[in-house]
Amino acid sequence: MHDKTLTELAASLAAGEFTSRELTEHLLGRIERLDGTLNSFITVTPEQALAAADAADAARSRGEAGPLTGLPVAIKDLFCTDGVLTTAGSKMLANFIAPYDASVVERLKAAGTVSLGKANLDEFAMGSSNENSAFGAVKNPWDTSAVPGGSSGGSAAAVAAGLAPAAMGTDTGGSIRQPAAFCGITGLKPTYGRVSRWGIIAYASSLDQAGPMARTAEDCALLLNAIAGHDPRDSTCVARGVPDYREELDAPLAGLKIGLPREYFGDGLDPEVERAVREAVAVYESLGATVREVSLPHTHYAIPAYYVIAPAEASSNLSRYDGVRFGHRCENPSDLIDLYKRSRAEGFGEEVKRRILIGTHTLSEGFFDAYYKKAQQVRRLIRQDFLDAFEEVDVLMGPASPTPAFDLGAQKDPVSMYLQDIYTIAVNLAGIPGISVPAGFVGKRPVGLQILGTHFAEQRLLNVAHQFQQATDWHLRRPQLVEESA
Amino acid sequence: MQWETVIGLEVHVQLATHSKIFSGASTAFGAEPNTQACAVDLGLPGVLPVLNEQAVAMAVQFGLAIHAEIPEVSVFDRKNYFYPDLPKGYQTSQMYHPIVGPGEVEVTLDDGSSKRVRVHHAHLEEDAGKSLHESFSDGMGHAMTGIDLNRAGTPLLEIVSEPDMRSAKEAAAYLKAIHSIVTYLGISDGNMAEGSMRCDVNVSVRPVGQAEFGTRAEIKNVNSFRFVERAIEFEVERQIELIEDGGKVVQETRLYDPERDETRSMRTKEEANDYRYFPCPDLLPVVLDAAYVDHLRETLPELPDEKRARFQSALGLSAYDAGVLAASREMAEYFEAVKEACGDAKQAANWVQGELAGALNREGLAIQDSPVSAPQLGGLIARVMDDTISGKAAKQVFQALWNGQGANADEVIEAKGLKQVTDSGAIEAMIDRVIADSPAQVAQYRDAEPDKRGKMIGYFVGQVMKASHGTANPQQVNSLLKEKLDALC
Repeated sequence: MHDKTLTELAASLAAGEFTSRELTEHLLGRIERLDGTLNSFITVTPEQALAAADAADAARSRGEAGPLTGLPVAIKDLFCTDGVLTTAGSKMLANFIAPYDASVVERLKAAGTVSLGKANLDEFAMGSSNENSAFGAVKNPWDTSAVPGGSSGGSAAAVAAGLAPAAMGTDTGGSIRQPAAFCGITGLKPTYGRVSRWGIIAYASSLDQAGPMARTAEDCALLLNAIAGHDPRDSTCVARGVPDYREELDAPLAGLKIGLPREYFGDGLDPEVERAVREAVAVYESLGATVREVSLPHTHYAIPAYYVIAPAEASSNLSRYDGVRFGHRCENPSDLIDLYKRSRAEGFGEEVKRRILIGTHTLSEGFFDAYYKKAQQVRRLIRQDFLDAFEEVDVLMGPASPTPAFDLGAQKDPVSMYLQDIYTIAVNLAGIPGISVPAGFVGKRPVGLQILGTHFAEQRLLNVAHQFQQATDWHLRRPQLVEESA
Repeated sequence: MQWETVIGLEVHVQLATHSKIFSGASTAFGAEPNTQACAVDLGLPGVLPVLNEQAVAMAVQFGLAIHAEIPEVSVFDRKNYFYPDLPKGYQTSQMYHPIVGPGEVEVTLDDGSSKRVRVHHAHLEEDAGKSLHESFSDGMGHAMTGIDLNRAGTPLLEIVSEPDMRSAKEAAAYLKAIHSIVTYLGISDGNMAEGSMRCDVNVSVRPVGQAEFGTRAEIKNVNSFRFVERAIEFEVERQIELIEDGGKVVQETRLYDPERDETRSMRTKEEANDYRYFPCPDLLPVVLDAAYVDHLRETLPELPDEKRARFQSALGLSAYDAGVLAASREMAEYFEAVKEACGDAKQAANWVQGELAGALNREGLAIQDSPVSAPQLGGLIARVMDDTISGKAAKQVFQALWNGQGANADEVIEAKGLKQVTDSGAIEAMIDRVIADSPAQVAQYRDAEPDKRGKMIGYFVGQVMKASHGTANPQQVNSLLKEKLDALC
């Protein structure tokens, strides 16, 4: 049951092979047995899950089932969920029960999905390894000595380990695509504004984007159908029609023009990862695509620009965690300033504090022009690079990450950690969509192929990813979990 | 040395929208603490702002009313600072691209002269909540502070003037002009006691003739016309004394204490916050197309300046009367209704500014709360004009209407028997009786030099009026008396 894709599970539910309750119980059992090792969930909600499963089964028996009815999902613990603990991976919110659902959660509920619980993540979505969670690091199901990637590491690990057939993630600088690559699953970051941010705990508002993580592109299309579209509660969520993302999955790739950005194949790229990516590109050539090299000349400014803009927005977004109204408050504050200082000192982890300090500095008087303003100018250049490239090619391809998943505790220096996102970050600055699909292994650890398209080209990306998955079987491989082999 | 005062005002006007600027919560005043604050106002995790279009429309209407430029694009910025009544840790405001550009306001001073004060810009922002310091305790003897977020997210229009005012009186007159415009537009209730309008005052002094400004102090949150004047007067005197004593004015924020009638230092420039402004990534730039602005221009009501001009040119009122009557929308509407009811602008103006204004002042009432309605007052004036009652009786009728004794003037006149007697036969009868009852006075009259007699007639008039209980037409009494007395000489 747990090896099936969402699409297969939907077919099984429709055919009456098993009920949503049976499926949900099975997955809850797996979480119970396996997640002690993986730590991919912060909160598991068996009661709500079973109630939702029963409701889904009842809807199905009335003939009211939609394409997602009764299908279980895991929700990154950055999405507010009504009546359920919503922590953002932080001690600061370790006691926060949201009184509302994020729009994405609301839409998934309305579509009849069953939430199994809240997936682990780097605190406030800041990190590339999931080691920054106040609830402990997540382990990579393919190799428990490796990280699952971040910040949607819990979501990626849960899907890879067969604890949930799909999960919701968010991607601010690569947080869907990089963990999808590290865990051998498919993760889509839609165009900025394609999916509502309402109810997603903000990290960097102009970059944050929710998206689906699943085994296949087809499953991501199914989920995107449910979550995409205008939301009057999010002003930045675009009022634009939502196509059926499954519609074009089978379109042939003959004539597809692929660009390989020169800058994505340079220094720092693991040769084994490069080999896997080039082999994947060769598969596309065999499917009728043409390949050419392109240039994104401002790529090397992406990380510096990101680490000005994202912390600046974060420093402001995280000001509300002050111990006054909700969340962590220090014991016996002596006065107001003491309340602020100690509540924040105790509630936030190191990486979050680091970024708040960077952001506070770059926004402060006398530095604003040199940092924030300059970074926004760079951002425009980066976006223009992409738009220029898409004048010549349909999609861009490259690695999702310069290396496969690294060992837990291996990246000691924050800057070398930041460099892990070198191929994903520019995409968020430009607001374009990107998808990572499994494309091979380095030893036991998966490699992800990243495919990028122009704004609102999700349909094309899913088509291109799906055709690859029709021609290869990387996405079908499953990790051998310790408990299962024993 | 001769000193010149330089004053600039930042006026915060609370807009009369139904809901808050970025959320659907109500803006009604006076509710129980924290009952009108939703998740957005509380700054709960994950919530996002959505701009209230009514607030935008109101801001643009203000801009049009002061003949300001309305930029096509305006942008919301975040002003970051920590305070318990600021739930998100930032206030959403407009720092770099405000919704209203430069404009100007015509200000009328007490002596009837007028002056133009330039407005630098006006921008939209959200209000913060309120800290409640009184009588909170944790039960262990520690003082605590409560937070009421009902006001958090209430839309404010901050109107920033150029430093164009040169006296406390000019500043108060400017504030009144702004008050008048926003209430005319109906974009604010202008209730200063409830904080719907408050201002920060920037004051500096410089030797007359000096071009550059002196160092200014900012007086925060002054909330009445009178306090603005007094705060400035105190501050100007303080600064002049300080300089003349060899001291230096420091740039600082001060607070006006109305009880002690003084300003006190709150914080100096060194303690000032660094607000770390940057564009709010949750809100798109506001783009106003010309058609939208034109549409709003067409919906503008007649504004105080236009009304004042019309009162002078079309109704023939004096500049002073027109200015007073046009100063507030309520006053102007009341006056025009009285004029409609009595058909005479001058009489209506006299009564509204005379008897009515006096009574309202004594009771501390606003015109919209007047116990005498405009149709009632108009009806009363009409009865004076058609000689049904005397001017004196009219005052009695007014008082009766004020006290709620009667639905209209006619009812009161009837009930009190105040109808003026114009029947000359009846008046003659009364005159004859008075003359018969006053032989001594008649003798004096007869013996007086003819040119002194005019004054002496007053006695007989008084007696006749008394006999008629004030209902005899005084002009008739006068002429008939003169006739009859002179016949006796």
